[in-house]
Amino acid sequence: MSKLLNVSSSPHVRDTVTTKSIMYDVLIAMLPAAAFGVFQFGIHALLVIVITMAACALSEYVYEYALKKPITIMDGSALVTGMILALNMPADIPLWIPVLGGIFAIIVVKQLYGGLGQNFMNPALAGRCFLLISFAGKMSSFTLDGWSGATPLAQLKSGQAVDVAAMFVGRIPGTIGEVSVIALLIGAAYMVVKKVISLRIPVAYILTTAIFVFIFGQQDLGFVVAHICGGGLIFGAFFMATDYVTSPITPNGQIVFGVLLGILTGLFRLFGGSAEGVSYAIIISNMLVPLIEKFTLPTAFGKEGKKS
Amino acid sequence: MGLATFKGGIHPYEGKELSENKPVQELLPKGELVFPMSQHIGAPAKPLVKKGDRVLAGQIIGEAGGFISANVLCSVSGTVKAVEPRLVVNGQMATSVIVENDGLYETIPHFGEDRDYTKLSKEEIRNIVKEAGIVGLGGAGFPTHVKLTPKDESKIDYILVNGAECEPYLTSDYRMMLEEPEKIVGGLKVILSLFDNAKGVIGIENNKPEGIKKLQELVKDEPRIEVRELLTKYPQGGERSLIYAITGRSVNSSMLPADAGCIVDNIDTVIAIYNAVCKQTPLIRKIITVTGDAIADPRNFSVKLGTNYQELLEAAGGFKEQPEKIISGGPMMGMALFSIDVPVAKTSSALTCFTKDMVAAQEPTPCIRCGRCVAACPSHIVPPMMMKAALKNDCEGFEKVNGMECMECGSCTFVCPAKRPLTQAFKDMRKQVAANRRKKA
Repeated sequence: MSKLLNVSSSPHVRDTVTTKSIMYDVLIAMLPAAAFGVFQFGIHALLVIVITMAACALSEYVYEYALKKPITIMDGSALVTGMILALNMPADIPLWIPVLGGIFAIIVVKQLYGGLGQNFMNPALAGRCFLLISFAGKMSSFTLDGWSGATPLAQLKSGQAVDVAAMFVGRIPGTIGEVSVIALLIGAAYMVVKKVISLRIPVAYILTTAIFVFIFGQQDLGFVVAHICGGGLIFGAFFMATDYVTSPITPNGQIVFGVLLGILTGLFRLFGGSAEGVSYAIIISNMLVPLIEKFTLPTAFGKEGKKS
Repeated sequence: MGLATFKGGIHPYEGKELSENKPVQELLPKGELVFPMSQHIGAPAKPLVKKGDRVLAGQIIGEAGGFISANVLCSVSGTVKAVEPRLVVNGQMATSVIVENDGLYETIPHFGEDRDYTKLSKEEIRNIVKEAGIVGLGGAGFPTHVKLTPKDESKIDYILVNGAECEPYLTSDYRMMLEEPEKIVGGLKVILSLFDNAKGVIGIENNKPEGIKKLQELVKDEPRIEVRELLTKYPQGGERSLIYAITGRSVNSSMLPADAGCIVDNIDTVIAIYNAVCKQTPLIRKIITVTGDAIADPRNFSVKLGTNYQELLEAAGGFKEQPEKIISGGPMMGMALFSIDVPVAKTSSALTCFTKDMVAAQEPTPCIRCGRCVAACPSHIVPPMMMKAALKNDCEGFEKVNGMECMECGSCTFVCPAKRPLTQAFKDMRKQVAANRRKKA
């Protein structure tokens, strides 16, 4: 034989799914929500999305180049972070704010902890919370069709009625990507069909939130549905809580994680100072993931009901 | 109700269409034959012959070296050329008897004669199986006579014949279902005669409808035998997965199938039992699939044990393209070869040649904790946690996350989007932990 043979330990075949293909699937899944945001809020929203994604990819490139690490921006993970962060921005935010958030998300939250797979908090959400604390005013002023208005959740909090149908379609003020429930669900369905995410976290999360606001809020169907459709719960449940790196890997742990998210979100929304609670619920729960995993280690096959 | 199966598993490309319609062809060896003394789990056999001895087909040339060991038999007639270490499939040198084939195929007395198993005692049947050198031919190579001698034979209520053939590309078991189904049923009846309380179940994946039909036809008047259709999913043919799919019982790493009342034998092993008991033909041949995209004419062969792989390759038309990887066995659990100058052993099942090596083509990247491996694991364990322990060489931590329950099926590594060498690390850790345990004992 003229050529040497490759030798390695089995298995010798691999699935076609790669980290890169998963990341691009997530990006595709966010397109309907992004497109709706641009359609509703105008061209500035598109600019926010593009600039934020570019800022994230560039931060990753510069960091890795400076530290002489392999350049990994082609795996698409920085782009996913950028997209999620951008969709969490009000449409008419000054561009330097999401750029700052992108740099923070990638450098501080992701790379300083070791890069892909090592961060303990969702980078995009940590970036958003950083911006929320630093620029509270600019980060929470929303306009729709030139009018500035309160988000449905803020209206609910002050006891006003909201239009649930408008929330479902997305004709409400809010961040670029969170407003249209229908666009988000299309993207979520794509991820479920492509087996990018399982339904455990989102379903546990949304159900728990619904039950929580039903018990501790108003025993009214419209109120509960408004809470499910508003405040980025759908966006958070399907796109942010399901972030692989910062959610439990054990199947039971994912359900515990979802329930915890639901309780925290309900708590923050009904009893907290702000009308919203999804972002904080997720990053707080992120930090409990190692603990959740430790207590939800699955029973190995054949060890059911047996000691050791 | 869905088809019988287990939780977890994967669906790799099957590749069986390459060879599934090619009837088994007998291949007679041209060159010398090499019989390694260790073709099974347990102690190696002790060579009984020396250089210059004349040997016959069916003659025992290596005697079982302990209770868990097996005889090695000569597959041709000829002269012993040497007893020396030779390269075997796993890349090591193993003491082997080398026989120069005289082409006469002269056999031991009574070879091939019919025998009525109903006139034999249980002891005699077990002894015949032992003498015939039969081991688990599905790949593990556990001595069959040991398997057939459990502590309490009245507790065995299932004899499972493993016809899943879940390993991609392999078609040898399937061909035997089509070509010699009566031997499968016959062999199973022999085993059932040893266990009065047992019923026999032949489990076959539903990607082999012809095989299922053929066997169903044959067992319709057999009250103690049933054919069960299994969902096509890797590793359906793993012993533990198969037991669960058919009986609903679960067996862990520290149990034997017999602890769950089961004895599992591969299709070819059952045929070997039939041949040995009813046809006085000990284990001297193996059905081998030669396949893969690098092979000119993929086929199934009936090969004399000890034949060089090179001869198999030539019989299948050689390479149509330069292979990058050659595997003894299938792509999920087979062993990569650096040389095909090795003999066909009892545990050989296939020669799979790929023009592209998928493993070398993709660099491992960091784990993104996607959980695909957790969903795929048939042992319901958490590969990333095991990997964490493995990277630190932490045996204790590895055991704590149930690492020893790994069956090394490779499902986690197959699905990993980051292309991490999980199974490879686990095999290493499991060896270390097992060695530590032996040291303590």
